[in-house]
Amino acid sequence: MTILILAEHDNAILKPATLNTVTAAAKIGGDIHVLVAGKGAQGVAEAASKIVGVSKVLLVDDAAYEHALAEPLAAFLVEIGRNYSHILAPATSVGKNVLPRVAALLDVAAVSDITGVVSEDIFERPIYAGNAIATVQSRDGVKVVTVRTTAFEAAGPGGSAPVETVSATGNPGLSSFVSAELSKSERPELTSARIVISGGRGMQSGDNFHLLEAIADKLGAAVGASRAAVDAGFVPNDYQVGQTGKIVAPELYIAVGISGAIQHLAGMKDSKVIVAINKDEEAAIFQVADYGLVTDLFKALPELAEAL
Amino acid sequence: MKILVPVKRVIDYNVKILLKADGTGVETANVKMSMNPFDEIAVEEAVRLKEAGKATEIVAVSVGPSGCQETLRTALAMGADRAILVQTDTETQPLAVAKILKALVDKEGPTLVILGKQAIDDDCNQTGQMLAALLGWGQGTFASDVALGDGSVTVIREIDGGLETVELKLPAIVTADLRLNEPRYASLPNIMKAKKKPLETVTPAALGVDVAPRLTTLKVVEPAKRKAGVKVPDVATLVDKLKNEARVI
Ligand SMILES: Cc1cc2nc3c(=O)[nH]c(=O)nc-3n(C[C@H](O)[C@H](O)[C@H](O)COP(=O)(O)OP(=O)(O)OC[C@H]3O[C@@H](n4cnc5c(N)ncnc54)[C@H](O)[C@@H]3O)c2cc1C
Ligand SMILES: Nc1ncnc2c1ncn2[C@@H]1O[C@H](COP(=O)(O)O)[C@@H](O)[C@H]1O
Repeated sequence: MTILILAEHDNAILKPATLNTVTAAAKIGGDIHVLVAGKGAQGVAEAASKIVGVSKVLLVDDAAYEHALAEPLAAFLVEIGRNYSHILAPATSVGKNVLPRVAALLDVAAVSDITGVVSEDIFERPIYAGNAIATVQSRDGVKVVTVRTTAFEAAGPGGSAPVETVSATGNPGLSSFVSAELSKSERPELTSARIVISGGRGMQSGDNFHLLEAIADKLGAAVGASRAAVDAGFVPNDYQVGQTGKIVAPELYIAVGISGAIQHLAGMKDSKVIVAINKDEEAAIFQVADYGLVTDLFKALPELAEAL
Repeated sequence: MKILVPVKRVIDYNVKILLKADGTGVETANVKMSMNPFDEIAVEEAVRLKEAGKATEIVAVSVGPSGCQETLRTALAMGADRAILVQTDTETQPLAVAKILKALVDKEGPTLVILGKQAIDDDCNQTGQMLAALLGWGQGTFASDVALGDGSVTVIREIDGGLETVELKLPAIVTADLRLNEPRYASLPNIMKAKKKPLETVTPAALGVDVAPRLTTLKVVEPAKRKAGVKVPDVATLVDKLKNEARVI
């Protein structure tokens, strides 16, 4: 049994989501190979070779894979993927985009967003916004699986896998990358931050998010948001935490001016400690909060920034 | 230009789900059902493209039991021209749905298929990508903007780091994200008109598709519950608890 993992990276840096995926693969068992598909991604391959538990790194370096477009990447994965028992990727926007395409080309089911490994072909995954956990079995020849990274620890360093260069399979020419508008931030990434502070509709404006940022900077936290805050244009889309946004499970999650709709809870209720600040004591967020503060956020946030 | 829009009937997003006592799944009897919210967005996008004179016909498709007719009527009331129910009582999984949709695409010849990015019941987020694979088309998933050009479509995608713009050759697949548009409510006259629009029923077998599930659900259970926390009176107490009790700051 050999597992292939699609590495998450930006051609320069290996993203931590890959490390959690390696841990999920280790639970399945067998040899673990990591595929780095990109352009000028030699450094990423070297980083991947140092992950403990990885026995081989495959590097395919070609302009076709520079932006992780699904069409060329899936075509490549199908070519090499047939030789593997499992193909895994983190359930990031790349993994979710590419792996179902691979599965269909292999005529196998895809298993999305697993949170547990029961055996080599039985997995646990949340359904209905995390309000139920399904245990599913795949009897297909190749198991194509995306991994919810918050459910698995990050694999550590200590490996020394060889890097093997493989040749590209070409670009089917169905799609092309035009541009990207990436949020720039000095703060940690939302999905891997130790502390996250999120604002909701109660923040009232994008400007008011500086109240959260001041606290985030003191705590080394990432800033997130509810859908309502994103829809209202307070912050960019990549801040959204929830069923259809990012899934986070930090040591500490602070929800400010967020009511606690199930779609939001789906993205943060596995956090270790949850704090809610909301002026409505009936707000659903208090049902999951370890510490609730019923007060006006415009009073509480400056006080909190001061106290830290 | 024709647009195909697959719409799934799911438990309404406002309903708190109940699990069957025997652990086999989620109770759907006597529960309010609605169109998957992302599919409303997909229908809305198709209707806007038609209103802008860029599309000529919108065909809504649903795969599932007879109750899906209601979902299709909603799509018709929003502005779809006709509907196809692929009727089956078997649990529909993304690969099977994608195969059914492929068979319909082969018959109907649309230039664009707009799906929801994710069904809020199974939370799979797979069907559009799978359909694109089976057709050998490009895919613009998690779309927050769709601009039709000549022989191509430009899609702005919501990705983890922000936004990404891709250009796809037509025909192509688009899957709708939350911020693509705000779906309209169907007006009463349009709901009445929708009753007269054509709704055709076919079976998976007639389309030559085997819908047998590939994944077996062994059990469905409730997630671990969080234990109730405490209310703190002020910021000072909160900070103290976080430092000395929870030890997270
Ligand atoms: C298909 C679908 C997918 C969705 N996906 C997501 C998702 O991924 N993530 C997500 O977050 N949502 C998602 N939603 C939306 C979700 O249902 C809620 O609408 C949303 O989470 C509400 O955001 P909110 O809590 O910020 O706003 P509201 O529900 O409006 O809550 C605002 C809160 O702020 C409090 N408040 C206001 N002023 C103050 C003040 N001065 N001081 C203190 N408190 C104050 C209020 O008491 C209230 O509780 C989805 C919905 C659908 C249908
Ligand atoms: N049974 C179905 N009938 C019609 N459309 C479906 C069905 N299942 C999935 N879809 C479409 O595929 C999208 C993604 O679903 P999923 O891959 O299950 O998350 C949905 O938003 C629908 O547009």
